[in-house]
Amino acid sequence: MNHLTPEMRTRAEKLVALYPEPRSALIPLCHLAQEQDGYLVDDAMIEIAEIVGVTPAEVRGTATFYDMLHTDSVGRYVVGVCTNIACLLAGGDELLAHAEASLGVRAGGTSEDGLFTLEETECLADCDIAPCVQVNHRYVRTTTPEALDSLVAELRAGERGEEIPPHGTLIRVERTVGLEASKDTIAAERATARAAAAERATVEGS
Amino acid sequence: MSAVPKIVTSRREYADSYTLERYKTTGGFDGLKKALSMTPEAVCAEVDAASLLGRGGAGFPAGRKWSMLRKSDVSYLVINGDESEPATFKDHLLVEHDPHQLVEGVIIAAFALQVTQAFIFLRGEFALGLERVQSAVNGFYAEGALGSNILGSGFSLDIVVHPGAGAYICGEETSLLESLEGKRGFPRIKPPFFPAAIGLYGEPTVVNNVETVSNLPWIVLNGGSAFAALGEGRSTGTRLFALSGKVRNPGVFEIEMVKTTFRDLIFNPSLGGGVTGSGEVKAIIPGGVSAPWFYPEQLDLPLGQDEVADAGSMLGSGSIVVMDTSTCMVKAAWRITRFFSRESCGQCTPCREGSGWLERILYRLENGQGRMEDIDLLLDLCDNIAPGLTWPPQQTTICVLGPSIPSSIHSAISRFRDEFVAHVTNGGCTHG
Amino acid sequence: MADEQATEKVTFTLDGREVTAEKGEMIIAAAEAAGTYIPRFCYHPRMEPVGVCRMCLVEVEGPRGSTLMPACYVAVGDGMEVVTDSEKVKKAQDGVLEFLLANHPLDCPVCDKGGECPLQDQTLVHGPGESRFVEEKRHFAKPLPISELVLLDRERCIQCSRCTRFAEEVAGEALIDFAGRGDQVEVATFPGRPFSSYYSGNTVQICPVGALTATPYRFAARPWDLEQVESTCTGCAVGCRVAVQSSAGRLTRLLGVDSDPVNHSWLCDKGRFSFEGVNGVDEGNEELALRDPRRRLTAPMVRRDGVLVEVGWSEAIKAAAHLLQTSSSTSNEELGAIGGAQLTNEGAYAWASLLKGVLGTDSVDAQLGDGLDPELMATLPRATIDEAAAACTVIVLSGDLREELPVLFLRLRESARTGRSSIIDLSPAASSTSELATVALGARPGDALLIARALEGDASARSQLATHPEGRTFTDEDLDRAVSLIGDDGTGVVIILGRPSLAEDASIIESAALQLHHRYPKATFLPALRRANVMGAIDMGLVPGMVPGRVPLRNASAGLRETWKLIPASAGRSSIEQVEAFVAGTQRGLVVLGAQLSDLPDAALAARVTSAPGNLLVIAGHGGELVDAAAVVLPAAVAHERPGTTTNIEGRVSTLGQKVVAPGLAWPDWMIAGEIAFELGHDFGWSTIDDVTEEIARVAPSHEGLTTSVLAAPAAADGLVVPLKGTSSPRALLDPVATPGLASPERVGLGSFTGTLATDVEVSGDLVRLSSPDVPTSVAPDADGDGPTVPAPDSYSLRLVATRTLYDDGAQVLAAPALALLRKPAVARVNPYDLDRLGVTTGDRVRLRTPSATLVIEVEAAEGTLRGTVALDFNVAAADSDVHANAVASLIEPGSLVTDVRMESL
Ligand SMILES: Cc1cc2nc3c(=O)[nH]c(=O)nc-3n(C[C@H](O)[C@H](O)[C@H](O)COP(=O)(O)O)c2cc1C
Ligand code: SF4
Ligand code: FES
Repeated sequence: MNHLTPEMRTRAEKLVALYPEPRSALIPLCHLAQEQDGYLVDDAMIEIAEIVGVTPAEVRGTATFYDMLHTDSVGRYVVGVCTNIACLLAGGDELLAHAEASLGVRAGGTSEDGLFTLEETECLADCDIAPCVQVNHRYVRTTTPEALDSLVAELRAGERGEEIPPHGTLIRVERTVGLEASKDTIAAERATARAAAAERATVEGS
Repeated sequence: MSAVPKIVTSRREYADSYTLERYKTTGGFDGLKKALSMTPEAVCAEVDAASLLGRGGAGFPAGRKWSMLRKSDVSYLVINGDESEPATFKDHLLVEHDPHQLVEGVIIAAFALQVTQAFIFLRGEFALGLERVQSAVNGFYAEGALGSNILGSGFSLDIVVHPGAGAYICGEETSLLESLEGKRGFPRIKPPFFPAAIGLYGEPTVVNNVETVSNLPWIVLNGGSAFAALGEGRSTGTRLFALSGKVRNPGVFEIEMVKTTFRDLIFNPSLGGGVTGSGEVKAIIPGGVSAPWFYPEQLDLPLGQDEVADAGSMLGSGSIVVMDTSTCMVKAAWRITRFFSRESCGQCTPCREGSGWLERILYRLENGQGRMEDIDLLLDLCDNIAPGLTWPPQQTTICVLGPSIPSSIHSAISRFRDEFVAHVTNGGCTHG
Repeated sequence: MADEQATEKVTFTLDGREVTAEKGEMIIAAAEAAGTYIPRFCYHPRMEPVGVCRMCLVEVEGPRGSTLMPACYVAVGDGMEVVTDSEKVKKAQDGVLEFLLANHPLDCPVCDKGGECPLQDQTLVHGPGESRFVEEKRHFAKPLPISELVLLDRERCIQCSRCTRFAEEVAGEALIDFAGRGDQVEVATFPGRPFSSYYSGNTVQICPVGALTATPYRFAARPWDLEQVESTCTGCAVGCRVAVQSSAGRLTRLLGVDSDPVNHSWLCDKGRFSFEGVNGVDEGNEELALRDPRRRLTAPMVRRDGVLVEVGWSEAIKAAAHLLQTSSSTSNEELGAIGGAQLTNEGAYAWASLLKGVLGTDSVDAQLGDGLDPELMATLPRATIDEAAAACTVIVLSGDLREELPVLFLRLRESARTGRSSIIDLSPAASSTSELATVALGARPGDALLIARALEGDASARSQLATHPEGRTFTDEDLDRAVSLIGDDGTGVVIILGRPSLAEDASIIESAALQLHHRYPKATFLPALRRANVMGAIDMGLVPGMVPGRVPLRNASAGLRETWKLIPASAGRSSIEQVEAFVAGTQRGLVVLGAQLSDLPDAALAARVTSAPGNLLVIAGHGGELVDAAAVVLPAAVAHERPGTTTNIEGRVSTLGQKVVAPGLAWPDWMIAGEIAFELGHDFGWSTIDDVTEEIARVAPSHEGLTTSVLAAPAAADGLVVPLKGTSSPRALLDPVATPGLASPERVGLGSFTGTLATDVEVSGDLVRLSSPDVPTSVAPDADGDGPTVPAPDSYSLRLVATRTLYDDGAQVLAAPALALLRKPAVARVNPYDLDRLGVTTGDRVRLRTPSATLVIEVEAAEGTLRGTVALDFNVAAADSDVHANAVASLIEPGSLVTDVRMESL
């Protein structure tokens, strides 16, 4: 029995086809599975293992290396507040403390209503708008406690859905064009191109 | 300064800079078209002439790296957009604001290298950037500028946009390749020394940074010598500097290399605009948190790769963090060390265990449980990770994350030992 | 063989002295060979180096001055300067050690590894006196089982990745992997998917700390209480070298010894943990029923008034002699013996001497219907394991090697993984080698001969395969590919020859082998017969038609004729024929040398043995149904309880070590035969086992020169391949981290015994000249032409495949509680296509019907089972079935070339 929905399974297979080796799709497929379930459930990892040809232990082992992949459930919104050096200098600790107080969870925890998981993150590469906050990996650019509170209120009210999709939605834009040519065709064309280039070189050289 | 062109941020002023439409009306594809009319060798020659240094951190000349690509039936080009070095946010700007320029650069590089499969590895947290770069790739396909027989040239290329999943170490190129192969991001041990010999799937691979390849359309269009005419010595062209911390205008600035000093960057009203907080510089981190710190007396150093290296640090990823005199040095070092400890991949004993140990000592010092002997213990443990505490560092580990750990601790203690002592005697931090 | 590729040498400087090493060798190994031990944790000589623990840092002089490099990952180069003892090196290594200890619990006093822990040892030698680490240590929940046999204590783990690499790289089963990052990295299984690998015990052995422990050993002993002897594992016929350890007179642990030509330090879990069965039950052994395989036999017994009663040896020997004498009339008809593959070579020789040489019957068969023609085995050109592992092409015409000869599979897997060998696999069902195969030529029962002929270029065989009524299992291209891999004359090709299915007559495989041999004369054969010392039994004449030395009866030497009173005139009965005759009452005496009823591939016949009219003499170490039914029972010492020699699949004769004393009055096998002979008036003249070994060296042509002193020479530590054609044991690779105790240091100095046709062996400084072997090695041309003709399958039936599984209901498994738990009930594995036709699926129960029996059993959809076949494991009981033991043996049609089965839904 497949755990991924038929639609997700199709997307998964398309992703696998993009790579020279199926295992390369392991992480994209984990993102995909999180998109379906919010986090990586065991059955999803088992299915990913089958698709890419490794053991479930290897999928789990790989997934747990990465911060964005969760093997335990998380809230609908994962709120990350950066406290690395640049954000620290801009009040990251204070903003995090505020978020903890207003969401009622310590960093690493999930609010009682299951809506918010708060994370203390390392640098999110947006250090000019510090302290940096991401919700579901979207930069929200709310650097003050007040701005953070109103964002949380909006999310509670179910707003900003377009900008901040549910957790896991990472690859909203799909590859639209498949591999137009098979890898063999590409190799053959490359040979032709090389010959043509060599010819041009001789023409230019003369 | 006004004469200096904007090479990679030319479309920054447009709100729709990331769209294909804007791209087309602002010179998009021109570099690519020109490159495709040249021979791959000629394109390589321009890049060589430009003396384009890699923008990912190590500063290795792109042309030289390309020339090292082992001849093989299959080879790959991988673009490093993992950007996770703390306080570095220039690639973020490029992928969100000018994804087409990046894709064009990738195609030019692939053509020059005669590689038919390229990957753009983007930091997973760049959700918007991933969408925009994927859209750009889709747009190129739609325009016939990707896929088979690009723009009728006979050259074919596929680009896969690959999302990371949150691990700093995947910026290290061999770890990135492991991750791209669907594995844990464990850096590969050397030898082989370069992916150009054995890289992705064991095949020769060139890994270049996002900013590095974003320069290519301009270089091809304007010539390598035009690029080399900017800057000085080995540091040519312009470069993106990400300025953050205690400055009035933090942000990313495209600046001609060497011609500007740290002081200009930080204080010039059209750039950093001066120091906030106490208004006085206490220390700066010149090139990402892996770099040893500079102090006020180095502010007049020019922003050039060799100039900074000669002064005992590195320009690295081009990110500069300003700390004012009110900043607690113990806390700064602790926070940076905590980062390394969280991000150590866990392979090498000194890095895995050392980073965690150092972090816990610093935490204790900051929070009032420090002992006087901790200060020298910190240094000795650092010495066990980077013997001699020299720069560039020696290492007891596989990759250079390990020996980067001591940079902040060594810098902070050498210069501000009294602050560490005060943390012990005062029972913790007194910096507000 | 190693001697064929002369290795290039380089010279480098090691701490100021010039040292020569092999090119490409890592500094750590080269230095060790030169007597300098560089500390290490992650490096294992039998796995790819990874250089992660950083303990082995040394200084290497390079273009940029001297730098610290991991000695395990840097190959020596000509002129390289390596320093291992500088201050800088010492500081780096001490630093690594201190880091490793930072989070390591200080529970050495209660840790199983305490006393033999490299981390502890290094700490004592180099470590800082007092810990500078005052922080709280990393915490994980206490030991987690990662499999039925292995426990993981994550706090003790030092992340060296030896276990995870072993699982992935060596065993090919990545069921454990690292999870997490940085200092949170832990070894983990997937929830609900334990590390159930046949090789899991190796991870315990190679774990440099006490993070992985084996449940059968936990808290059993402390290393300093252990005594140890080197021996050979007799779990199967690979013959892995082992260190056998005991404490207070009981076996506590087996460790793999790194034998270069054989096991590369690995063991399978069956071999590693079956010592439990030797220990038996400490208290209450006598309460176990005599038929219980866990029961150790501690005293001779004779039946009086229908009951077995314990007696002394002299009475028992008299009773046994009497039984044999009254049964025997120096013919093959009235007396015979089955079993004997568990004996030592000496025991096998002694029993052959008694039965054949004194009592004159040739009805003696150590193979239990699962073997191959002994004369063929003795004469086909033989390959060694090393040759098979170095072959360019390996043809697998045998049962599943992972199930039958587990460590041979590891050796072959390594060569397939590294691209050294291509595998042509003829397995009739999904097997460990079919997964690795370059070409899979799935052979349904009966088809192996056709495939062999097709490989020879026989067009009609090829077209017959192509038009197989059940559809072809491979394409013409596959066949062509295989033909090209075999080459012109089979040079560099090794054929692994065994029994792919016990439901297929041996003659089919024998004919296929002969065909291949005639067409490809340069190809060599590695026998894949699994019973422990079955090869020794064949060599010692404990099979019909043979006398010791791989010699057919007709060629018995003058030397043997002098020693033995009698040489039987004609070949005797096989095991099955004997049991048939015994049940029918025509054979009056049956000697059982350790065999079990469930070993017989004819379940109906086996069921009648215990009520047969004749005299049953059982020699065994453990209980069993036959013991229960015997007239006389003689208790024998088993593995680890007696010295001697054993012979593996290659023909390698290696020594067995005695570690513990057999329980009660049990005697070694050879002695029992000798005493009975004496009672019968024939004095073999042996007073110690060495006398038997010497006699074998004298009378068995293949074993000529294989005297006790030759066998005891250091160069023979890994055993010697007979006939002695020279063998090599290059410098031993060692993993002192993993093989603590005395075996490793002792083996450091192993000499080498090389040369293609060496006839010299060094014995305490003297060269002993061995005469060149005089053994027939040419195979008689196939007498019956094309071999048997297998009836065409009918489309309503599935052809029966009887495969082996490691944890079956065999005595070794049943006797060891830890292993017995791992057995699984038999299921019928059927191709989904055939299941669909019947409208059933995995988990459903079906009825299987043959002329012999009807069996209701669960099915499992198995892609790897060929269409038109049904596969079941041999000697395994089905769940909820009338047929309790050995389900598949009840289905097999005795005497038929193949068995066809009707499958019906319920
Ligand atoms: C720990 C570590 C992290 C790194 N992170 C990045 C990164 O985020 N982005 C990047 O482009 N290069 C990073 N690098 C440098 C890369 O290894 C590599 O040198 C670079 O991508 C090559 O591209 P370039 O030659 O165009 O600079 C990192 C190196 C190390 C050791
Ligand atoms: S130095 Fe640290 S990050 Fe780099 S490979 Fe070693 S453990 Fe991993
Ligand atoms: S790094 Fe060489 S033994 Fe571990």
